Amino acid sequence: MTNQTTNSTGQVHHIRRMTVIWIILSIVADVLYSIFVAAHIPPGRLTETAAKDQTDFNILIEMAIPVLLGVWIYLSYSLYVWGDKRNPNEAFSGDAARGNTKVQASWIVITTVTVLFLAGFGTWALVVDHGSGGGQGPNPAFAPAGALKAETAALLGRATWSPGSTNVLPVQVIGQQWKFTYRYPTFGGFESSQLMVPANTTIAFNVTSLDVIHSFWAYQLGVKADANPQVNDVAFTTTKDPGTFIVRCSELCGIWHGSMYNNGAVLSQTAFENWATTTEAANAANTALLPAFAWTYVPDANGASGGYYPDGTLTPYSPSEVYGAKQPS
Amino acid sequence: MTISEERSTEVSGASSGHPHESRGLSWTQRPGILSQNVITALVFAVIGYVIGHWFGNYLSSGYTYIANSGQNSISNTLALAFGVLGWLGGIGALNYPVAKLFGVDGLEEESPVDNWTKYFRYSLDHKVVGLQYVVGVLLFMFTGGLLAMAVRAELLNPTTHLFSPDTYIKIVSEHGTIMMMMATSIIVGPLGNYFVPLMIGARRMAFPRIEALSFWIFTAGYMVIFSALPYGGFPTGWTGYAPLQTQSGPGMVSYLLGFAVIGLGMILAGFNQAVTIINYRAPGMTWSRVPIFVWSILATASLLTLATPVLFAGGLFGLLDKTVQTTFYVTEHGGSSYLWQNLFWFFGHPEVYIMALPGFGIAGEILPVFTRRPLFAYKVAAAGMIGVALLSFFVWQHHLFQSGINPDMRPLFMLTTELISIPTGFIFLVGMGTLYRAKIRLEIPMLFVLALFFNFLIGGVTGVFLSDVPVNVTVHGGFFVLSHFHYTIMGGLLFAFMAGLYYWLPKMTGKMMNKKIGKIHFWMMFVFFNLTFFPMFIIGLLGQPRRVFTYASNLQGLNDFSSVSAFILGLSFLVFFYNLVWSMWIKPEIAPPNPWESLGLEWQTASPVPAYNFERIPVIMTDPYRYSEPGAPDYADLGTSEPSAPSKHSLA
Ligand code: HEM
Ligand SMILES: [Cu+2]
Ligand SMILES: [Cu+2]
Repeated sequence: MTNQTTNSTGQVHHIRRMTVIWIILSIVADVLYSIFVAAHIPPGRLTETAAKDQTDFNILIEMAIPVLLGVWIYLSYSLYVWGDKRNPNEAFSGDAARGNTKVQASWIVITTVTVLFLAGFGTWALVVDHGSGGGQGPNPAFAPAGALKAETAALLGRATWSPGSTNVLPVQVIGQQWKFTYRYPTFGGFESSQLMVPANTTIAFNVTSLDVIHSFWAYQLGVKADANPQVNDVAFTTTKDPGTFIVRCSELCGIWHGSMYNNGAVLSQTAFENWATTTEAANAANTALLPAFAWTYVPDANGASGGYYPDGTLTPYSPSEVYGAKQPS
Repeated sequence: MTISEERSTEVSGASSGHPHESRGLSWTQRPGILSQNVITALVFAVIGYVIGHWFGNYLSSGYTYIANSGQNSISNTLALAFGVLGWLGGIGALNYPVAKLFGVDGLEEESPVDNWTKYFRYSLDHKVVGLQYVVGVLLFMFTGGLLAMAVRAELLNPTTHLFSPDTYIKIVSEHGTIMMMMATSIIVGPLGNYFVPLMIGARRMAFPRIEALSFWIFTAGYMVIFSALPYGGFPTGWTGYAPLQTQSGPGMVSYLLGFAVIGLGMILAGFNQAVTIINYRAPGMTWSRVPIFVWSILATASLLTLATPVLFAGGLFGLLDKTVQTTFYVTEHGGSSYLWQNLFWFFGHPEVYIMALPGFGIAGEILPVFTRRPLFAYKVAAAGMIGVALLSFFVWQHHLFQSGINPDMRPLFMLTTELISIPTGFIFLVGMGTLYRAKIRLEIPMLFVLALFFNFLIGGVTGVFLSDVPVNVTVHGGFFVLSHFHYTIMGGLLFAFMAGLYYWLPKMTGKMMNKKIGKIHFWMMFVFFNLTFFPMFIIGLLGQPRRVFTYASNLQGLNDFSSVSAFILGLSFLVFFYNLVWSMWIKPEIAPPNPWESLGLEWQTASPVPAYNFERIPVIMTDPYRYSEPGAPDYADLGTSEPSAPSKHSLA
């Protein structure tokens, strides 16, 4: 082996060998991956968003496998062929070449093209999938058709949705230490601790927080948006068939962050309408006590220890009585 | 002796040995416990702490609800700040500046006498500071490592808990913060301070006082962040997001002040390194002859100096919010929780490259020695490091893709983040090119370098996944991210640090590390590092968020696997410490002057390195790394016929 490398044709030899091994292994690994693994990759295919995020992930893996294999094969090959175990008695020296313009140039070109492709592909996916289920702040640039209209209507109390309609359904997600609650402006703004959404519908999640930063992660829906105090962080998804999903908080929010999760479900459209109208009626007395529906809520000056809402009469105690005169009132 | 005098000695090369020998020692530097050393530093620190605490309570005594409450952030802040000042004053770091302030000239402030006690004093010798840093970062790492074991122990079972959620979150936060702080200095501190002057042919760092100060500030920062635990901890993780930050108890002060203190040390260290490398290179060392490790330290130093002030300011704002009720981060009163996120990550992303570049430098330095080849595409390597350093200022919002901050900028930050993989990839080109047709010797340092390439590849590739916004939706905030950055920082930087220690300890201490124990250490660490962290990618994909004390029961198998591997990974560090003790004290084996047959300038100096490194400033004759080139000129002309007389080694 090393004898061969002493002439200049030996050089081509190594590269050719590594390339053959690399191509074969890459194809095998990619094929095995797409047959056995790809379909099981989270977040699954419960929504359009989830399905597209899954596809993106799989495309990245299919590209990453040859990269990983390339380096691993090269490393193992070098260690095997040029390692000291195989050549204990060789002269104490290696090749003195300090570089190779062709190799360097092609490396730079190949990595640059790959990277630009990835950035372009990611941007394309982000735009066509309306933000890919990620939080897009209060003024989402990549909103699906009709979403902004539905959002405005929700704020004015005029949003409508019924089975069969193509309207976007706005849902508000309110994070607080340590639970999520949900308000449905389309149904009188009632608040629920369960997250139910209808199938085959585009949902606009409006995520906000009453205290610290949380992150609303509806895992199987492929939705993640931070809940910031006094910010409305909007994320879109379009549901497909009925199914269940889990909601977890994915931003550290204090002691009980780990247990800030609950389950939700995608219901058939009629089942959802049933649930929503029933809950709206059952909760009517509570809903009357809630602040008017808004994108964000300002807790009063005492934060979590006082009342959550700016109505002074709801504050359970006055901190100045507890702490003395100098507490800002 | 003024600087210009000292420079002129350097240039003329006239003086040999210790230039200050003739001077008498001031009381501060005398041997014995009466002079200034860690003990006086501790005493002063305690006194400072008490004074600060009293002063803080005095200032806020009108506010009955906070004074003496144990929750008084003003007194906690002042106590810790005065404690830090006391520590620095007690060790002697303030003698010179204070004397100058009062116009006292010619203060005797020489390096302490040459025995073991100098390691416990304020020393201006970069080699002493380097070794002090070795011990410092190992201590830091050991503390953080114990906390990591606690984290993994809690995660053994989703329903049976070792700790309360409260305790657990404090352990996680303390672990992350300690490790991140330690990692900022793990190579720049010990190996940077020790070897940069040796490798560029200088007699010292540009600012020896600032160098010593940066080490003692680093130790102060360690104590400040550690003080969070007795104060009751902080619940925010190392990222310290507000408003959770604003909401939490006194331990938060230790976090904010700790980062400010560590940050100050980082700024000083970076500034000092940059000035040294730019101005103190030996004659003949043009930019294309600078060793690649020095390039990496220069790139790191520029990040340390330019990015850290943002952290410093951010921490200060947080302290003001907590003490005097400003509202930088309080949304209800005109501040913004986004402000902290922006400031933190504007520093935080350059910071992650502060934790990567020195590792690349070590890899580039060690590879040629153990392959007997010139570093492949040296200029590409240097360009890659500078490119990474520049680009790292333009990517920070990839940590905030789902936060709703500047959502329309996501394509841009996706692009910049992915662009940074191009210069990062250069390092792989250089590494792999150097292996080609090489004469590979699998010594311990080389094993660690090869492992770095293996681990960092996984870290870098998963970084590209994270920067793809659609994929980021699924993996952000979960164990996938956790695994990504452990692969880059632990798998990259820490493996590089180990490579550096095994490679350079023979020069620093005159003793070889035991190879057999080293091999056990390496394989344990490499195998169990991967077994610990690889499953975490899957755990993350399967939906486990970070920093949780409980998780879905179907993930217990993977979590247990990871925990058990983590315990063995922890043990591998004990093997390392055992090797250290064994090879340095129990069965020391004297190191030959150049055990790895390196061409590097640092190995051409006398052993042990004399106080001022070079009898005569060397002249650099050619490019570094001209291995396997018969007839190549020597890298440097040292101008000595024989090395200076060996003496009892400094660590003995
Ligand atoms: C090719 C290079 C890299 C790319 C493309 C990359 C990309 C990313 C991205 C996009 C994130 C954000 C993930 C999220 O929270 O959603 C991230 C997180 C992180 N990366 Fe990297 N990264 C790279 C290299 C590195 C290196 C070299 C280090 C450190 C040595 C590092 C350390 C970290 C850390 C510490 C975090 C998480 C911080 C936290 O949330 O606590 N990364 N990386
Ligand atoms: Cu949380
Ligand atoms: Cu980053």
